[in-house]
Amino acid sequence: MRRFSISSLLTEALNGHQGWERQWRNPTPKAAYDAIIIGGGGHGLGAAYYLAKEHGLTNIAVLEKGWIGGGNAGRNTTIIRSNYLYDESAALFEHAVKLWEGLSQELNYNVMFSQRGVLMLAHNVHDVQSFKRHVYSNRLNGIDNEWMTPEEAKDFCPPLNISPDIRYPVMGAALQRRGGTARHDAVVWGYARGADALGVDIIQNCEVIAITRGPDGAVTGVETSRGSIKTKKIGVSVAGHTSMVMGMAGVRMPLESFPLQALVSEPVKPCFPCVLMSNAVHAYISQSDKGELVIGAGTDQYVSYSQQGGLHITTHTLDAICELFPQFTRMKMLRSWGGIVDVTPDRSPIVGKTPVKGLYVNCGWGTGGFKATPGSAHVFAHTIARDEPHPINAPFTLDRFRTGRLIDEAAAAAVAH
Amino acid sequence: MAQSNRLPSGGRIDRAKPLAFTFNGKSVDGFAGDTVASALLANGIRLVGRSFKYHRPRGILTHGSDEPNALLKVDRGPGRADPNNRATVIEAVGGLKLSSQNHWPSLEHDIGAVNDRLSPVLVAGFYYKTFMWPRSFWDKLYEPKIRAAAGLGVAPDVPDADRYVHRNAHCDVLVVGAGPAGLAAALAASENGRRVILADEQAEMGGSLLAERTATIDGVSAAQWVAHALTTLAGRANVTLLPRTTAFGYYNHNHVVLTERVTDHLERPDPKLPRERLWQVRPAEVVIATGAHERPLSFADNDRPGIMLAESVRTYINRYGVAPGRRIVFATNGASAYAAAADAKAAGLDVTIVDTRPESAIGPEKALAAGIEILAGHTVVGSTGGKGLTGLIVAPFTAGKGVGARRTLPCDCAGISGGWTPSVHLFSQSRGKLIFRADIDAFVPGISVQKERSAGACKGTYGLSAILAEGWAAGSGAAGADGSRLFAAAPATPTGFAPARVLPTDDDPKKVRAFLDFQNDVTAKDIRLAVREGFESVEHVKRYTTNGMASDQGKTSNMAALGLLSEILEKPIPQVGTTTFRPPYTPVTFGAIIGSARGQLFDPIRTAPLHEWAVEHGAKFENVSLWRRAWYFPKAGEDMHAAVARECKAVRESVGIFDASTLGKIEVKGPDAAEFLNRIYPNAWLKLEPGKCRYGLMLKEDGFIFDDGVVARLAPDLFHVTTTTGGAPRVLAHMEDYLQTEWPDLNVFATSTTEEWAVIALQGPKARDVLQPFVTGIDLAGEAFPHMAVRVGEICGVPTRLMRVSFTGEMGFEINVPADHARAVWEALYDYGQRFGITPYGTEAMHVLRAERGFIIVGQETDGTVTPEDLGLGGMVSKVKRDFVGKRSLARPDMALADRKQLVGLASLDGRTVLDEGAQIVADPAQAVPMTMLGHVTSSYLSPSLGHPIALALVAGGRTRMGETLHVTTPAGFTTVKVTAPVFVDPEGKRVNGVQTEGALHA
Repeated sequence: MRRFSISSLLTEALNGHQGWERQWRNPTPKAAYDAIIIGGGGHGLGAAYYLAKEHGLTNIAVLEKGWIGGGNAGRNTTIIRSNYLYDESAALFEHAVKLWEGLSQELNYNVMFSQRGVLMLAHNVHDVQSFKRHVYSNRLNGIDNEWMTPEEAKDFCPPLNISPDIRYPVMGAALQRRGGTARHDAVVWGYARGADALGVDIIQNCEVIAITRGPDGAVTGVETSRGSIKTKKIGVSVAGHTSMVMGMAGVRMPLESFPLQALVSEPVKPCFPCVLMSNAVHAYISQSDKGELVIGAGTDQYVSYSQQGGLHITTHTLDAICELFPQFTRMKMLRSWGGIVDVTPDRSPIVGKTPVKGLYVNCGWGTGGFKATPGSAHVFAHTIARDEPHPINAPFTLDRFRTGRLIDEAAAAAVAH
Repeated sequence: MAQSNRLPSGGRIDRAKPLAFTFNGKSVDGFAGDTVASALLANGIRLVGRSFKYHRPRGILTHGSDEPNALLKVDRGPGRADPNNRATVIEAVGGLKLSSQNHWPSLEHDIGAVNDRLSPVLVAGFYYKTFMWPRSFWDKLYEPKIRAAAGLGVAPDVPDADRYVHRNAHCDVLVVGAGPAGLAAALAASENGRRVILADEQAEMGGSLLAERTATIDGVSAAQWVAHALTTLAGRANVTLLPRTTAFGYYNHNHVVLTERVTDHLERPDPKLPRERLWQVRPAEVVIATGAHERPLSFADNDRPGIMLAESVRTYINRYGVAPGRRIVFATNGASAYAAAADAKAAGLDVTIVDTRPESAIGPEKALAAGIEILAGHTVVGSTGGKGLTGLIVAPFTAGKGVGARRTLPCDCAGISGGWTPSVHLFSQSRGKLIFRADIDAFVPGISVQKERSAGACKGTYGLSAILAEGWAAGSGAAGADGSRLFAAAPATPTGFAPARVLPTDDDPKKVRAFLDFQNDVTAKDIRLAVREGFESVEHVKRYTTNGMASDQGKTSNMAALGLLSEILEKPIPQVGTTTFRPPYTPVTFGAIIGSARGQLFDPIRTAPLHEWAVEHGAKFENVSLWRRAWYFPKAGEDMHAAVARECKAVRESVGIFDASTLGKIEVKGPDAAEFLNRIYPNAWLKLEPGKCRYGLMLKEDGFIFDDGVVARLAPDLFHVTTTTGGAPRVLAHMEDYLQTEWPDLNVFATSTTEEWAVIALQGPKARDVLQPFVTGIDLAGEAFPHMAVRVGEICGVPTRLMRVSFTGEMGFEINVPADHARAVWEALYDYGQRFGITPYGTEAMHVLRAERGFIIVGQETDGTVTPEDLGLGGMVSKVKRDFVGKRSLARPDMALADRKQLVGLASLDGRTVLDEGAQIVADPAQAVPMTMLGHVTSSYLSPSLGHPIALALVAGGRTRMGETLHVTTPAGFTTVKVTAPVFVDPEGKRVNGVQTEGALHA
């Protein structure tokens, strides 16, 4: 792999950039692999990278039905934070943040991880109670999170409207300074390039149409749009389409898939310094390095695989944005899009083994999977390689919905009664 | 400034109405009917902006909404300034203040232009390869620098002075685009009374016909035909004409959304008018007639100010009476530019045509160029000039033989034409499938998914007669008539072009910078680099190079990149693919999308019937879901603590009055009502007698508490269900969900009556004394009307459902009265209650009182992970019922674990510290991080009744820890607490019966 650096960039600049090589190959699928990852998003490519790098499994392939990073990896609003309430979630997301902090260097690919701080607004007494609960819990878990008065929040995020006259005045905020954003495409490409350099075959335009199993029930391979491939280990990392792919192996998943929308404004000079989230009014906003305001909306109310949501959801989100930032009504929406998110009953992911031998699943990240990418990929690789979960993902079993040991982050963020 | 480039005659501008605006502080003259772009050109201004990355000088490329370069800040006065407006679509209005963007210190002298010198380094994706060392520099140095360099204009920093509105509309046929196809479609569709809406993004309807010099339709000039069509349409009552209205989004179920610019074109708009109006239209059928976009040609330095699209040159001359230059070279690979050249010639300008096609490939369009020098078989290899074009460098080119000797054609304007791209955006947004037509080198609408049809250039039909006929047929078909009509248009429209990707050159391709995406500064080299690095999918190329991601969303660049990609990969375009078109078609203001949903209209405020009384009596309010509730009633000089303490004391010692009207109320009625509640709630309902109330915890399917409330049985088939304030809508939805999907056999109706009944709570030892004089038909005596009874009667002469219930621990009544009578009843009770010191109290006192008594609040003591057993209310879960919602989940092994978090009380050992709600609890505060947490504080108050702090908490295995010492986080470290029972006042529950418990209360 040709290393990226300022010197290689300058050398190539003199050479008209003729010397750069492919960031990943375009291989023909082999007849068999030691393991296959289905899904070429950040989680899947990352898992392949760590399988090769940390577990020595290099005869593996990532199968992607379209182009890598074309699903939720390329459609999210790139928010990264680890200030989750429950110990299990906090450990998982903090594992990811720690990996994010060194990811550009690890991959030799600038993923632009920007720790500009994530500010979460409280708008009612219930929010205040809930956020303080998070702050206290996070601190005892060794995760930075601090409570702020409305005035402190405005100091940190000057565009914020903290007037008591707005419909839901800001009553305070929780700030995780180590939170921030990253360049989503770069994460995908960086993992792809890193995995490819370690020998992983990244096979695009290769849709899995069946999972084959032997007499003992264990997986034996996949049928794809590019032929049959044998393998004894399959990691499924396909977000919104998990139910469909797992259904190929006869596993029914406790998941629902919803459209989730986002939009960007036209690019403007820096006007928004941090990431700001308001669960109470459904507003999520940051400004990309290119200058676009990146705004996330809520999910549609109905399950769907259509990557297009209704305008009313976007409207509701912009209502909230303009209530908090009335100066933005003259800004313009440049582009809007949707993705399909897979949601579990307790809004926490499922990362682990399945009832089918050799079949592993990483799914259920709902609206917040991007932030977990390196952590999720890392523990998923461990699970596939060792056939047992890493201690961090051990609680995130499929089985918990049977036993009742839920990790209910949705409940933790419950709205006021 | 003099209009040096205004032609002496012609154009659709109104020369009797001069106007002036400023550009970068200098006055610019124009006429009504000008766009800002046409006026700038008339004043001889070519340099209008700097590009995003390299800060290259840029001019006006187009004449419409596809403009990538000429983006300006518009200032219409205080609170009315915004960035990134396309000069080509801003209507010229007297007094506008316009300025260019993305430069420092000035447009002419821009330090940022150093980036252009660095362009060999700043190639596509360069930032992924560097800025990684040392690590800490990214946040502190690299990223702030990159962010400051990026962006275009400056975001507004003051609230908007304008307002925006929404409008919903239905029609039979929505026609998008009022060019020849759209006008014909609207005429046909509206012939027989169908309701038609015709929308066009421009100020004047007519589309390309407005720029026709010689064309005739059915024997009249194009302009006359347009005028006649518009008069006809305006005369039909069933037609709505919406100029200045862009259809920007095509959503599911034929939901098309339009934005109408209402006042931006007015110098002194009526202040009553909104700035923009968003139209949400649900047409039965849609005719898409959105035309086509011209493609630029790609060659070295094809971005200099003065280079514009050939059709734009034609439009500025014919429609606006402006000469974009005096010496114009048209460079083209097709026929349409010949019409532009002919019109420029007719306007008296010096014209040359450079055609990349060999002489033999030039068709009948050649006749249009009589008297014009044509350099056939020539390529363009560059341009000259700094901040304005001075010449085009051309050379003969023959396939197989290469590029010949160069010559520079001096010119101050170049009209370039690389062919045409149908505007399939709306069709694609409707999820229709595009197909590729190699004969016109373009994607056109294929299989429709929604009820729409395309007509004219947006479908790849370019001849005017054919466009009109197609438009008519589409309009007629959309109206269900399937009629047809022929139109005689003359002369024949010159059509056809030979696709050209990057024009041939003999320069070192590594050095040639041929721009594809003008705004984002993406060159052909960048596309080649992306492919070299393995980005082969068109979406990858787009994301890696940012081609097509600028504010024009690739209208002039997508096909160029796709064509080049196809050439590099040696695959036909359909195999390379196309990117998805997403809303909006052109950028839409946030204001238009949100409409009037600002401030109080952001979310409706719900207020109970007694709200005004509370306002008049000085209440402070809090938001609870949509409701605004009285929080506390401070007297002069009181803070919240003092007010709440006084209110609590009054309830414990005498009587308090409280507005409980926001509690949700659902009337459950029907022969199966009891059976229904028996399934919805975990406790038993079948045997509850009419006249009695029962407290119910509602579970979700997961077994966790979801809502609670008292239910009164009024008759065998009638229950009055109450819910939490915030939970009312979801409880009703939950009930309906089960009634409609799981138990459709049950004969039950659930109806919200929250607004129907106001609820006045009288609580305290004197409650009955206050109530007694006003009630008729109900015996209030203790034995006749015990705790948890309900009676129907009258109070103050109006009907009441009177419940004897208590959320304070004191003797209590909840008086349901029809909402309209609430204030009269309240005031009667309040006046009479003065003799007992009756005290209105708010939600805060209510919270304190219930916590003292150990009553939970759903959402505070519960968070969606709490079972009845966790709260010590396991007895409320029937062991004998066959089924109820949540039963199966409660049987899961984890639900019975001894270390589940259980509700307990906490007493601060120092007797003073009021714990933070949300504080975490540990056994050992000295342990290492991450610590083992046992639970958290759910409620915490300074108890006015007891004179010391009280707290409720959920603690792992809490009920086995009574008396244990634990440690609770505070902002300043840990404080020590003792675990107690979660009841602090009247543990035996005697006070609801009016028994005064001694000793339990602080003196």
